[in-house]
Amino acid sequence: MSRTRALALAGVLVTWAVVAHANKALELINPVLLPTPGQVAAVLADTVRDGSLVRHVATSLGRVAVGFGVAAASALALGILAAMCAPLRLVMEPIIEFVRPIPPLAFLPLFLVWFGLGEASKVAFIGYTTFFPMFVAIASAVLRVDVTLLRAAASLGARRLDLIGRVIVPAALPGIVVALRLGFALALFVIVGAEFMGADAGLGHLIMEGRTFFLPAQIVMGALVLGLLGSLVNALLLAAERRVFRGREAAATS
Amino acid sequence: MTAMAIQVRGLSRSFVAGGRTTPALLDIDLDIADREFVCLLGPSGCGKSTLLNVVAGFLRPSAGEVLVNGRPVTGPGADRGVVFQEYVLFPWLTVAGNVEFGLRLQGAPSDDRRRTVARYLELVGLTAHAAKFPVQLSGGMKQRVAIARALANNPAIILMDEPFGALDAQTREVLQDELGRIQRVEHKTVLFVTHSIREAVYLADRVVVMTSAPGRIKQVVAIKLPDIRDRFAPEFTQYESEITRMVKEEVAKVHE
Repeated sequence: MSRTRALALAGVLVTWAVVAHANKALELINPVLLPTPGQVAAVLADTVRDGSLVRHVATSLGRVAVGFGVAAASALALGILAAMCAPLRLVMEPIIEFVRPIPPLAFLPLFLVWFGLGEASKVAFIGYTTFFPMFVAIASAVLRVDVTLLRAAASLGARRLDLIGRVIVPAALPGIVVALRLGFALALFVIVGAEFMGADAGLGHLIMEGRTFFLPAQIVMGALVLGLLGSLVNALLLAAERRVFRGREAAATS
Repeated sequence: MTAMAIQVRGLSRSFVAGGRTTPALLDIDLDIADREFVCLLGPSGCGKSTLLNVVAGFLRPSAGEVLVNGRPVTGPGADRGVVFQEYVLFPWLTVAGNVEFGLRLQGAPSDDRRRTVARYLELVGLTAHAAKFPVQLSGGMKQRVAIARALANNPAIILMDEPFGALDAQTREVLQDELGRIQRVEHKTVLFVTHSIREAVYLADRVVVMTSAPGRIKQVVAIKLPDIRDRFAPEFTQYESEITRMVKEEVAKVHE
């Protein structure tokens, strides 16, 4: 991390500490409402020690992995299919344009009604939320594949399946990877909302528990852990992306 | 009678844009013999690339048909290798990977693949660059890779769509020399689109001069020169000026 970034983050931490401690000393608002960094760290240490944090993180990530995994696989298959098959695209387009502006959270209660309070509703909700943006991004990445690449491959004897595996997927890979990365970020985003309702574990549940038992420090701790997870996963995916595309820099443009 | 590799029969092709139908090719008849090198020459927009694209199977004829070895063309296929003006290499594959592409599709064993790739990379002088990616190559090198890729697949027919059109004049002549040398080894049936008269006279057994749009065949000129040609020989210049005259008539028509 560069020094400026470290300084900026340290600045935020110091400001928070100063404000929280000043409030505690002056009692401007109830100090319980504004936890100090130390109090948040103490809650973090407690939950790490008794193993509950690991359980919550594992639960949330497990749901994200399954929901995102299923959505990514179907978005990939249907995105390629839709890009290659104009009639299917014509059918899908109005449906997607209709569904897209509806905030996914509006459907969360429906998922709870359909799939109950257990894992299925969370996983299905993540799948539903992440599918459409990934599908749209993957289909458009495939549509951008240069048609002369397909012609070149066909003239070398490629049939339809060869074209998908050996030309379309590698040619659209940069766009596909970006779509998957965005989908994953979105999954982390909405899992919290899904876990607010009818969950007995997960980071969303941990945060909601903080509200129920009036523990603002726990709420802040949960949010910070989510932020850390998000940046960690993003960094990992970016590193993977760079590894995959090493040697084919500017491949998409040449 | 020699076997005909390519037979174009009463071929017409038009394009529809904005509700208007524009004919690009009109009633083309052309026979290309096995192992013959034919150049399609004409002013830009005369439909010569369209004709090549129909033979390649990228475009369907509006009327008429194209037969390859007696069978109608219904789509692209490994029997007709194509070299494009813009190279169209697979950017995610190395030079060797590009040349190997068709062989992998055929399911050739890896030993055979390696031998064939090595042979054609040597033929086009790129052995030292086998592990490079296309983005690291110059235009001339890219087109050499594209030629090696087409040849490695061993098609009887090679279709070349202004393959040297994007190259500078020096590289262009070097590649013309190389293509001539390769053709004396490989003996392919070649249909070569160009707007360079010099290039056509240098490479072709026959030059097909096309009219301005809609494209028709204006005249076919057999180039009776030795296999290894001298661009400065009087006979060469004679062909050049004869064909220049024909093309100029067509260009003039466009401006009337």
